[in-house]
Amino acid sequence: MWFVHLLALAVAGLAFSQMAAAAGSAEKGKAAYVKHGCWQCHGFAAQGGIAGPKLAPEPMPLEALSSFVRNTRGAMPPYQEAILSSADLADIHAWLQSLPKAPGTKSIPLLNP
Amino acid sequence: MARKDSGLQVDRRRFLTGVVAAGAAAAMTPPATQAADQATAPRAPSALRPSMQVAAAETGTPRELARVPGLPGSDFMVDVIKTLDIKYCPSNCASSYRAIHESIINYGANRMPEFLTCMHEESGVGMAHGYFKVAGKPLMTLCHGTVGLQHAAMAVYNAWCDRVPVIVVGGNDLDAAHRPPGVPTFHSAQDINALVRDFTKWDDTPVSLQHFAQSFVRAYKIAMTPPYGPVAISLDAGLQQEPMKNHGGEKPYIPRYVPTAPPQGDSGAVREAARLLAGAQNPVIVADRAARTPEGVKLLVQLAELLQARVIDQGGRMNFPRTHYLSAPPTAVGSADVIIGLELSDFWATVNSYTDNGVNDGIGSNASRINSGTRLISICSVELNTKANYQDFQRFQVIDVPMAGDAEATLPALIEAVKAAIPNERKAAIDKRGEAARKAYAEGRERAKAAAALGWDASPVGTARLCMELYAAVKHLDWSLVASEGNVSNWPNRLWPIEKQHHWLGRSGGYGVGYGAPASVGAALANRDLGRFSVSIQSDGDLMYAPGVLWTAAKHKIPLLAVMHNNRAYHQEVMHVQRLSNFRNRVVNLGGDMGPVGTSIQNPDIEYHKLAEAMGWWAKGPIKDPAQLGAALQEAVAVVKSGQPALLNVWTQPR
Repeated sequence: MWFVHLLALAVAGLAFSQMAAAAGSAEKGKAAYVKHGCWQCHGFAAQGGIAGPKLAPEPMPLEALSSFVRNTRGAMPPYQEAILSSADLADIHAWLQSLPKAPGTKSIPLLNP
Repeated sequence: MARKDSGLQVDRRRFLTGVVAAGAAAAMTPPATQAADQATAPRAPSALRPSMQVAAAETGTPRELARVPGLPGSDFMVDVIKTLDIKYCPSNCASSYRAIHESIINYGANRMPEFLTCMHEESGVGMAHGYFKVAGKPLMTLCHGTVGLQHAAMAVYNAWCDRVPVIVVGGNDLDAAHRPPGVPTFHSAQDINALVRDFTKWDDTPVSLQHFAQSFVRAYKIAMTPPYGPVAISLDAGLQQEPMKNHGGEKPYIPRYVPTAPPQGDSGAVREAARLLAGAQNPVIVADRAARTPEGVKLLVQLAELLQARVIDQGGRMNFPRTHYLSAPPTAVGSADVIIGLELSDFWATVNSYTDNGVNDGIGSNASRINSGTRLISICSVELNTKANYQDFQRFQVIDVPMAGDAEATLPALIEAVKAAIPNERKAAIDKRGEAARKAYAEGRERAKAAAALGWDASPVGTARLCMELYAAVKHLDWSLVASEGNVSNWPNRLWPIEKQHHWLGRSGGYGVGYGAPASVGAALANRDLGRFSVSIQSDGDLMYAPGVLWTAAKHKIPLLAVMHNNRAYHQEVMHVQRLSNFRNRVVNLGGDMGPVGTSIQNPDIEYHKLAEAMGWWAKGPIKDPAQLGAALQEAVAVVKSGQPALLNVWTQPR
């Protein structure tokens, strides 16, 4: 259900398109990700888990992420500008983009016992 | 009560008086004697010489105290307990039950039950909780008066919510006219069982030995009749210590225990349920505490295959093999037209979702997970034992065919009724349903593996990596995952081949933190006797409630591999406080920690491996690099196979 909501918000998030031009810093983003508590539900590697979906690799576009983060009424609590600046959000997105793809499941023997 | 025979009271009180008098003599020297000693001494000694009384008390042969004539009442109590084959009595020692303690270890030769030394009453009950879920037999635990029972209360509540029988026997000095002053008074109550009455199936306060025999066997029988549950017996200190009265030369009799057959669903309702299931396009089975025994698992597989119905195992017990193609995730209810719930204490929560999103004045929002018109069937024994004050259900859920009965006991009749209700022309369609289920199962497995691969090499160690390294280390053994606390994103249920009932024991029941450590030790005790290998995923916050149970495991040589999910926080609360801060548009105060003030367990970090070592465990850590985990696990497994408990302190991702 959350992703349906997400799609709707992504459309609404066109207003944030100017943010796409803002080049975030992956280095700052890693620190901001921890500082703002994103790790709590999504893990320190943005891998996701039972409390929140994966955010990386291949994160959603910044516009969609921003729209969702600001307006969510789903399981995730919203982060308004007062507690998470757009600059920090862009940095976080840059860090998420920098994360490498996960290894294929067939290359991990422990997942194929 | 039991002290009305004045001739018998005297002996006990003389004994106590003697103890008090001796203590007073040792502590006080009469002033006149002190003065005489000082007058004759050339100079003041560094310590006063003992008076004659004190010297005699310290060096002489004590006068033999009068012994209680006849067979002590607590010996008879042990005779009663032995008829029920109760193997262990994990307890924290205490004066209010000193008489039965003495009888268990001396008269009873410390066998059936064997007294196990615990460091907290919550540990004793928690061990009994875990033990039952492996052995299928209850243990008894002794609690010290008001204080002990209050310590035990949280664990009793978990057992209540988890439908687990535990026989809690509390010492109490009931007779206010005779009990010793001071501590025994503070530790006694008029109706001590009232402390736990709201979350026990039954309790009693026997006032004679004959009464005790009946009460204890009755308590056992009630606890062991589904729905199972804890029971409490208050044991008067006087009754324990006084000798058996002579009933014309005969001892009080001990009633024979005959198990009560579990309640079954009404036969008419069973037929109606079968009719609905046989005619359904997409029936779904949801099970929580349905399989009480391995036979229950077999029956559930039989029903599922007969209908080719997908099964959602909510995990209160191991109800259905995770390797079976009909095993399904919770979302499977969404496409069902008939759902049968087996031992769901809260059916509403199975078919509705709740989102903690701050709307509706902060209450959050609900939504149905199922299609309108979906027919609901329930077989649940908890309906036979509902109390008012504590409730483990949410909103009222209307059920089309509700049955108050035990699911496992009802399944044979339901299976036969379904066989009779399926028309021949439906069988092809049912088989086709199975093909779709196989495809969905295979796809689900691949999705789970892909999710597990994310963050595979992360540090701290990812929970998927933790679980799969652990499985690799124990897979060649007859393993039993005795507890998985602290939420590791449910990886064992998603990826481990959980097929046997002892592969998964469920959770605490009441979500009372502090269950994992003692329940693991209790379950490992049962597995030790069955030759199985026990492994637990032990969270940090849970362990710190009563870590003394680690010592109990070492003391009694209970082999257990505890692998820590050490995320350095009460992580559920981390997320709760963050959520509320966001709802209120406030930057959360971290106070220098990772999580909001009051939720982190860091600065300093607890060195759990040292804690375990100090209590006699083999331990290693902290392990932060996943590449080091496999080798450490191999070492730990070897230690556990040698009969010792072992702990690995692993720093982990939050979930």
